[in-house]
Amino acid sequence: MATEFHNLQELRHSPSLVTKVFIQRDYSEGTVCRFQAKFPSELDNRIERTLLEETVKTLNSYYAEAEKIGGQSYLEGCLACATAYIIFLCMETRYEKVLRKISGFIQEQNEKIYAPRGLLLTDPIERGMRVLEISVFEDRGSGGSSPSSTMSSGSSAR
Amino acid sequence: MKNCEYQQIDPQALPTPTPTPPPHHGNDTEKKKEPRRPRRKWEVFPGKNRFYCNGRIIVARQSGVLPLTLGLILVTSGLFFIFDCPFLVKHLTSCIPVIGGVLFVFVLITLLQTSFTDPGILPRATPDEAADIEKQIDNTGNTSYRPPPRTKEVLINQQVVKLKYCFTCKMFRPPRTSHCSLCDNCVERFDHHCPWVGNCVGKRNYRFFYTFIVSLSFLTAFIFGCVTTHLALSMWFCSDLQSFTAVELVICFFSVWSILGLSGFHTYLVASNLTTNEDIKGSWSGKSGEDVTNPYSHKNIFINCCSVLCAPMPPSLIDRRGFLPADESAQTGSADIELPTLAAKSEINVVGAAFALQKSPSPVPAPCDCHQNSFCA
Repeated sequence: MATEFHNLQELRHSPSLVTKVFIQRDYSEGTVCRFQAKFPSELDNRIERTLLEETVKTLNSYYAEAEKIGGQSYLEGCLACATAYIIFLCMETRYEKVLRKISGFIQEQNEKIYAPRGLLLTDPIERGMRVLEISVFEDRGSGGSSPSSTMSSGSSAR
Repeated sequence: MKNCEYQQIDPQALPTPTPTPPPHHGNDTEKKKEPRRPRRKWEVFPGKNRFYCNGRIIVARQSGVLPLTLGLILVTSGLFFIFDCPFLVKHLTSCIPVIGGVLFVFVLITLLQTSFTDPGILPRATPDEAADIEKQIDNTGNTSYRPPPRTKEVLINQQVVKLKYCFTCKMFRPPRTSHCSLCDNCVERFDHHCPWVGNCVGKRNYRFFYTFIVSLSFLTAFIFGCVTTHLALSMWFCSDLQSFTAVELVICFFSVWSILGLSGFHTYLVASNLTTNEDIKGSWSGKSGEDVTNPYSHKNIFINCCSVLCAPMPPSLIDRRGFLPADESAQTGSADIELPTLAAKSEINVVGAAFALQKSPSPVPAPCDCHQNSFCA
């Protein structure tokens, strides 16, 4: 396992992005936010299967908690309706609170697990909750080998 | 390129004045005069939307008949309070203006919320995502001379659902998402584009819309009832009637039926967890002879109503007020909330994204090429 990048700061200062792997949404249970637990083959030799699956499972549980319809959400909905939904402007909603937790969780996972392996998770909220994006950085430890699926060039300079 | 984008989306050049002119417009002007000021994401938003209050308010580019809706409500209610309430308070009860006032405020607030809230717009796919999807489509071996149909089948609650590929947003649309051609955005749980409110009705503002039409039907029926009572009592007391009362009567008479009908229709949709779009297309009615049922329905009217109206409010996926990275490389939107780690995360994402930026050749002519290039590139 590559240990070239020890922390996020090193990733930031010496970036050499190779590719991005996308974990798509799992719609088998409807439109609730869930990500597929299928392990992408591109990450076979970069990270242990169980670690990524654990991350995805925890993320899914966070989203399930955010979107849970139960007694509390009914009360909140009725209260919001009674106030003509003005409380949405004043209060932080439950979903937003859970999104903060998710953001902290992803930050922590990046620091502890993914950055040391030259990977970086992007918070799904920044991709419209469509995908869980995993950036794969160059594995210098194995002599700068680059996988076959490198992003095509043509970056637009702004 | 920068000047082109800036000029094209300058809100001061927009013809229609803002319905609720806020004091923040002054801030917008000041910001623009500073050289190289950090720009917010709403300024490079690719869809056909307009933004006010520095990105806090979002409306469709065509405001439709929203001014007419507002005008009708304000005029009718105004006439009611001025001409009918004094008479009815004198002869009946003083509760009437109170009830009328509460309903009027409710209607106005929910209307403005429906019009100015992000309906659930999905940000367009980043170039990396789009390339990844293209790769997957090509890998399925579509080698015919025709472009592949670009649909993906998923199983939702044991029901096969086809997801279509959106050529504008360059992604497979999630279930129940539809692309609104008027706003040029993919909207989650797309119901319909309502010209009366001048915005799409989708996942995030459906509850506001439903509350608006229900409270409007109550208000219209209430005013209609009060005006009729006023007429009847006036004839009884042989007192003079204003001609405005007749105006109110006519407006209320014609609107009460249509609004009541609309409320009834949407109550049916809410109870069966359907969208107008699905109902019109007959997605789950089994027209094609297949055994299809609505996979999103909870099979219980109460649970359906609660899941549509009382579910936790989802966040806005387009980060309207977030700042673009310093090197002007565009990113897709994130949540519209202030996170303490957002600054650090942005830097990391810039690092990752900076090397993946590329101009993706768009097969579909974008409404504004500048927008397309700046946002998707």
